[in-house]
Amino acid sequence: MLDPGPADLHAQQPLLQTVGLTKRYGDFLANDEIDIEIFPREIHALLGENGAGKSTLVKTIYGLVQPSAGELRWQGAPVRLSGPAEARSLGIGMVFQHFSLFDNLTVAENVALGLDGKEPFKAVSARLADVARDYGLPLDPKREVWQLSVGERQRIEIVRALMQNPKFLILDEPTAVLTPQEADQLFVVLERLKAEGRAILYISHKLDEVKRLCDTATILRGGRKVATCNPKSETAASLARMMVGAEIKEVKPPTERRTTVPRLVVNDLTLAPAELHGVRLQNVSFELKGGEILGIAGVAGNGQDELFAALSGERLVKEPGTIIIDGLACGNLSITQRRKMGAAFVPEERLGHGTAPRMRLSENALLTGHAASDMVRHGFINAAATLRTVDRTTETFDVRKAKRDPEAASLSGGNLQKFVVGREILRAPAVLVVNQPTWGVDAGAAAIIRQALIDLASAGAAVLVTSQDLDELLEIADRIAVMFHGHLSPALPRADATREKLGLLMGGASLDQKEAAHAAGA
Amino acid sequence: MQLVLEKRAERSRTIALVSPLIAIALTLITMSVLFAILGKNPITALGVYFIAPLTDGYSLQEIAVKATPLVMIAIGLSLCYLANAWNIGAEGQFLIGAVAGSWIAVTTQGTEAGHWVLPAMLVAGAVAGALYALIPALCRVRFGASEILTSLMLVYVADLLLDYLVRGPWRDPAGFNFPTTAEFDPVATVPVLIEGGRLHLGSIIALIVVAGAFVLLDRTIKGFEIRVVGVAPRAARFGGFNANQLVLLTFAVSGALAGLAGIIEVAGPIGHLQPGISPGYGFTAIIVAFLGRLNPIGILIAGLFLALTFIGGEQAQITMKIPLDVTKVFQGILLFYVLACDSLILYRFKLVFAARQVQSAAR
Repeated sequence: MLDPGPADLHAQQPLLQTVGLTKRYGDFLANDEIDIEIFPREIHALLGENGAGKSTLVKTIYGLVQPSAGELRWQGAPVRLSGPAEARSLGIGMVFQHFSLFDNLTVAENVALGLDGKEPFKAVSARLADVARDYGLPLDPKREVWQLSVGERQRIEIVRALMQNPKFLILDEPTAVLTPQEADQLFVVLERLKAEGRAILYISHKLDEVKRLCDTATILRGGRKVATCNPKSETAASLARMMVGAEIKEVKPPTERRTTVPRLVVNDLTLAPAELHGVRLQNVSFELKGGEILGIAGVAGNGQDELFAALSGERLVKEPGTIIIDGLACGNLSITQRRKMGAAFVPEERLGHGTAPRMRLSENALLTGHAASDMVRHGFINAAATLRTVDRTTETFDVRKAKRDPEAASLSGGNLQKFVVGREILRAPAVLVVNQPTWGVDAGAAAIIRQALIDLASAGAAVLVTSQDLDELLEIADRIAVMFHGHLSPALPRADATREKLGLLMGGASLDQKEAAHAAGA
Repeated sequence: MQLVLEKRAERSRTIALVSPLIAIALTLITMSVLFAILGKNPITALGVYFIAPLTDGYSLQEIAVKATPLVMIAIGLSLCYLANAWNIGAEGQFLIGAVAGSWIAVTTQGTEAGHWVLPAMLVAGAVAGALYALIPALCRVRFGASEILTSLMLVYVADLLLDYLVRGPWRDPAGFNFPTTAEFDPVATVPVLIEGGRLHLGSIIALIVVAGAFVLLDRTIKGFEIRVVGVAPRAARFGGFNANQLVLLTFAVSGALAGLAGIIEVAGPIGHLQPGISPGYGFTAIIVAFLGRLNPIGILIAGLFLALTFIGGEQAQITMKIPLDVTKVFQGILLFYVLACDSLILYRFKLVFAARQVQSAAR
């Protein structure tokens, strides 16, 4: 397990080394004496669940966070980084998971803003085009960012980092927003960077990627280093065990379910975006039967949020017949009325959308439960009923919390998600629409949530799951459709839905190119 | 070494209760410095301000009389502020309520009108206040105009309207040209609770309003809507609550309460309509609302405390020749500290010496 990897790699001095690196937030140890060595010509994976301390460690290395104790060594010499600018001047670059780009500026303007030097804009623009071409990362410096896909935006961040000619590049979950094909292209670039003698720290929780790409893996759990190993000689299961610290409960494969009548029907839904640079939904149609899970795949920002708003009733549609729940046209009905018809919704954002962060769980139970339950009588709240929902959810979905009725924000991501999903499932909905059910959730909670969705469908409900995680959809969905530029592809039965096919659809391959370009500009 | 604000994991309930007290303490310290600069003994001055009024029955009644409009208005404002609707124009709604109610008093003056007059005046005051408050609310919902500005500007409109009426059409013919209406008839006057005293029925109404607001916010789905819309607008929309409707509702309720307070003030302690019926109740109530943590019970306590500063200010003016404006300075400083101390609910102070030794200090 502690195989140090290829011998020649470690004959030299580490490029970057942390010794006993510790970061304390109040009483909480985000990083506890972490030792890690990264060598030139190495792709080093940093593995761990959410909250394992990956982000804190990387931010410390990039100078964004000051360590409470321990040391950072760059080419053998101890350094103290005052900030990212100093990290960059040493030769450390970073590509964040969440991009920091200005939508209304061009690619070149965004890159120029991020550079520290006083290089003239024209030179930056030219150098940008050179670097992009050189690494096979096509980018038009003159295009405005809002017109670009998420994959293209990531390219800007990568090129921006490469223009500083870094010796060491950190990538935080780079494939989370890419189609499988785009991810393959990224890997080619990373292999090339490695061949040039650079070191890469690759943060991910996708184990197959790590096994395929990385030379070394350091695994963090609960702020501590669990192991450093060669991922190629490990199995995905053994890596997962180290990450989680326990065996993960397997989700029971869905047995053949009998589908019943259509319970959620969407007819030719077209909806202009509510926000600037939003996505226009274009003729979205599908039919979802009871007992069935339909998955919607797609790269983020292709209209999934807009579809959720229309289905839930947060945005109303003029033509009632566009959305039909259990045979009743409801395009123009409010979210409360749709809930009364037996629909339930789980949005992507747990905090601030699915729950009011600073309110107690019982109040958050009331947030969606007031529509159709015994929680409200003659305008008065039945506090006992709201608490009962909290208790039932806690029991059924194993929600871990410090007290009976804490603030939503005090729960961990996984536990809050179990609460948000459980709150809706316990109402035994006829139709459940859920966005990113396990986004940023630990593996244990994810398994519980997926199982609950399968069980709900088995009980006869229609379940619509939107997710960027193809593995998740392939695990639980009966059919999978792909959203691209506001269009929804026809749904493929799971047996036909290969990663390759879905990847092509996620890149918009099956669509008429002209139409797609038009949709992007709308 | 540096002093940093560090975010707390969960909001501190202790600090939420203690922060108004810290604010009051800091205000008293600042005021002491101010008194010293004015050449007055700070201890004596603070004694006159805050202790003396509590020692005689007349002043105690007067505190309740002053607290009545403050509490009623602040309760309404707290509903607005909880729902993220910023009504700054309660002063105007107060004046309009006074004007509308007085209209009934003036037109029935000297007639045989029965006991329906006072209830009709109260209703008229509340309705007028609500309608007046709906102007900025509608402007925000319909046109996106900042309700902070529009509600504030309407204060001056109301003020000038009142001024016009008492100098023109409603002026008391036997009033030696003073800009005031005639004294209201007994049927148009809010009855006092103790014979010969100042405490009047309005104080009871204020207590009912406090109780009503407590039940509304704590027990009803409407109160829940108001609270959610304020703290998490997106979650509120997901819950099916309409933020615009709540802006209209809270503005209407808040305007009604301010208007009711206005007509009670005119038909009660003052007895007739005249300019200057409010020493800035509508603005002071903003301080009361925040000092009371936007909580009905807190507002009741805060209202009594601010009323104390009005009474104490008058006494300090009489006995120590301290300008009455110092009271306003006091109220301003207090609001400043209240808002500043609120950051301690979500953050705590930390002294950072070096990267390796992080010590907590000054929580």
